[in-house]
Amino acid sequence: MNLAGKPVTLHDMTLRDGMHPKRHQITLAQMLSVAEGLDAAGVPLIEVTHGDGLGGASINYGFPLCSDEEYLRAVIPRMKRARVSALLLPGIGTVDDLKMAVDCGVGTVRVATHCTEADVAEQHLGAARKLGVDTVGFLMMAHMVEPPVLAQQAKLMERCGAQTVYITDSAGYMLPDDVSARVGLLRAELRAETEVGFHGHHNLGMGIANSLAAVDAGAGRIDGSAAGLGAGAGNTPLEVLAAVLDRMGAVHGVDLYRLMDVAEERVVPMMDRPTRIDRDALILGYAGVYSSFLLFAQRAGEKYGVSPRDLLVELGRRKTVGGQEDMIEDLALDLARAAAARREIA
Amino acid sequence: MRVKAAIVGSGNIGTDLMYKAARSALVEPAWMVGIDPTSDGLARAQSLGLRTTAGGVDGLVEYLERDGVRIAFDATSAHAHADNARKLEARGVMVIDLTPAAIGPYCVPPVNLKTHVGTRARNVNMVSCGGQATIPMVAAVSRVQPVEYAEIVCTVASRSIGPGTRQNIDEFTRTTARAVESVGGAKRGKAIIVINPAEPPLIMRDTIHCLTAGEPERERIAASVREMVREVQTYVPGYALKNGPVFDGRRVTVFLEVAGRGDYLPRYAGNLDIMTSAALRTAELFAEGMVRA
Repeated sequence: MNLAGKPVTLHDMTLRDGMHPKRHQITLAQMLSVAEGLDAAGVPLIEVTHGDGLGGASINYGFPLCSDEEYLRAVIPRMKRARVSALLLPGIGTVDDLKMAVDCGVGTVRVATHCTEADVAEQHLGAARKLGVDTVGFLMMAHMVEPPVLAQQAKLMERCGAQTVYITDSAGYMLPDDVSARVGLLRAELRAETEVGFHGHHNLGMGIANSLAAVDAGAGRIDGSAAGLGAGAGNTPLEVLAAVLDRMGAVHGVDLYRLMDVAEERVVPMMDRPTRIDRDALILGYAGVYSSFLLFAQRAGEKYGVSPRDLLVELGRRKTVGGQEDMIEDLALDLARAAAARREIA
Repeated sequence: MRVKAAIVGSGNIGTDLMYKAARSALVEPAWMVGIDPTSDGLARAQSLGLRTTAGGVDGLVEYLERDGVRIAFDATSAHAHADNARKLEARGVMVIDLTPAAIGPYCVPPVNLKTHVGTRARNVNMVSCGGQATIPMVAAVSRVQPVEYAEIVCTVASRSIGPGTRQNIDEFTRTTARAVESVGGAKRGKAIIVINPAEPPLIMRDTIHCLTAGEPERERIAASVREMVREVQTYVPGYALKNGPVFDGRRVTVFLEVAGRGDYLPRYAGNLDIMTSAALRTAELFAEGMVRA
């Protein structure tokens, strides 16, 4: 694989996807410390939002320590070079939330839908373009459809106003060949000026390999998190990706040592638990389940005495999609009842 | 004598509503109005013996008086509703709005339909499919004790959601959240919709979370929820309590599944059924009043 001279824009997820393992409880001081560190290291794009995007504050996904607006108003004025992005999932957040974020100074808006439902993003992509911000379409759980279907959905997002379209491996299920096929086809079918991006999860340990495959197939934007802080087994560890890209001669413009220090000194100490591929995170990747279900399955498993692994495998079998966190407690109740019925018979 | 009704909008909702209204003892579907002469809904209406027009509401208004149409269902779009409502109401037709336009007051039959019949409202709005499924549960909790916050999550099959809803998904979340407050009785409301493309399509699922002001009164809430489920089942037989109420601190959570009757779309599209069944029930109660008057 020859990536020498290839430009790559790195997009940090620590303060958005990293909200999942932190149960959305990152403090303002931690936000500022990490964001300032990333900015000083030259990371060009930093996402700051509730883990489930603007308007994600809820019983279903978790109430955050501070509102999206409080986080954004604290972080954005302190950025010297970095642009701050916000995520929005139609059905959870609305155009009102998007306008609030842009008013706070967000420069990139990423509108996320399930990989077959791009048309629900029309209002939001259109509104973001009209507001003049960098507009991104984000196709989640992209492993669930074949490349031609994904390309068709990507074109729909492009028509609605997306200037970049992401292939999002929300379950950390993809292998490098899956990524190459998808990125390659999008690159071939989207307009030349439309960028292709890749967002990985490390549930099968494929974060770096998949990101490299994406760059090789024509992706220009890659997501990652300092020390990997993100849902499931985390995102692609950004400092590791930067180091590998350096070795391969790709051009990303981030100061590797400073980025390593942010990961080690600012992000690792704020982890509630180590970001690693434990057996439940591994099951996410193996069974193709939305990564932010992890802690919900572990909590429901404990409360109702069922195995998180059984829960996650069943959620995969039922083809649940991002946002269906409410299904986890419902399913745990069903499994607990079935187990009780079996004990009675025995 | 059945009260004659017109169905404006020949898409999924209008067509499903037509089949349900055809079985009603109180309401008779007399007209189906579309804008596309080749639409499946108009063809089906013709074969069922309804009069049809592809000329929109303008193609209907001159026949309203002659054909004795007294109720109109608007199943078009929020955008078109204001104009439709103006033309219909000017001719004395009562309008049941199935779009998210919400010009008239929200109507969720087991919670507040009788109030609207009492005041002889001329235009009532049916909120949204998610609102019809979940607001009765919020009301079932709030009639026991104050609800500080209610949040509903509605998961529907991709195939059951038409282009109108997709392009106006914000209207769904806004309208539903407002009605969770004003009809459901929650101090603050939030609505979330998730679209799932699994095959075979999943049956509509709804989760209702309430935060009560004080410690939840478990037995009274559980009884109230079960009673409300039975009430909704009288017009939506596929409305089922799946799990709960679950109590966790001040959180009260109810898990529902809503299967349709399969009149137009298959049974998974409970979201379609609950909307059209609620609209028909509303029409029937108003029709009773019209016949008596």
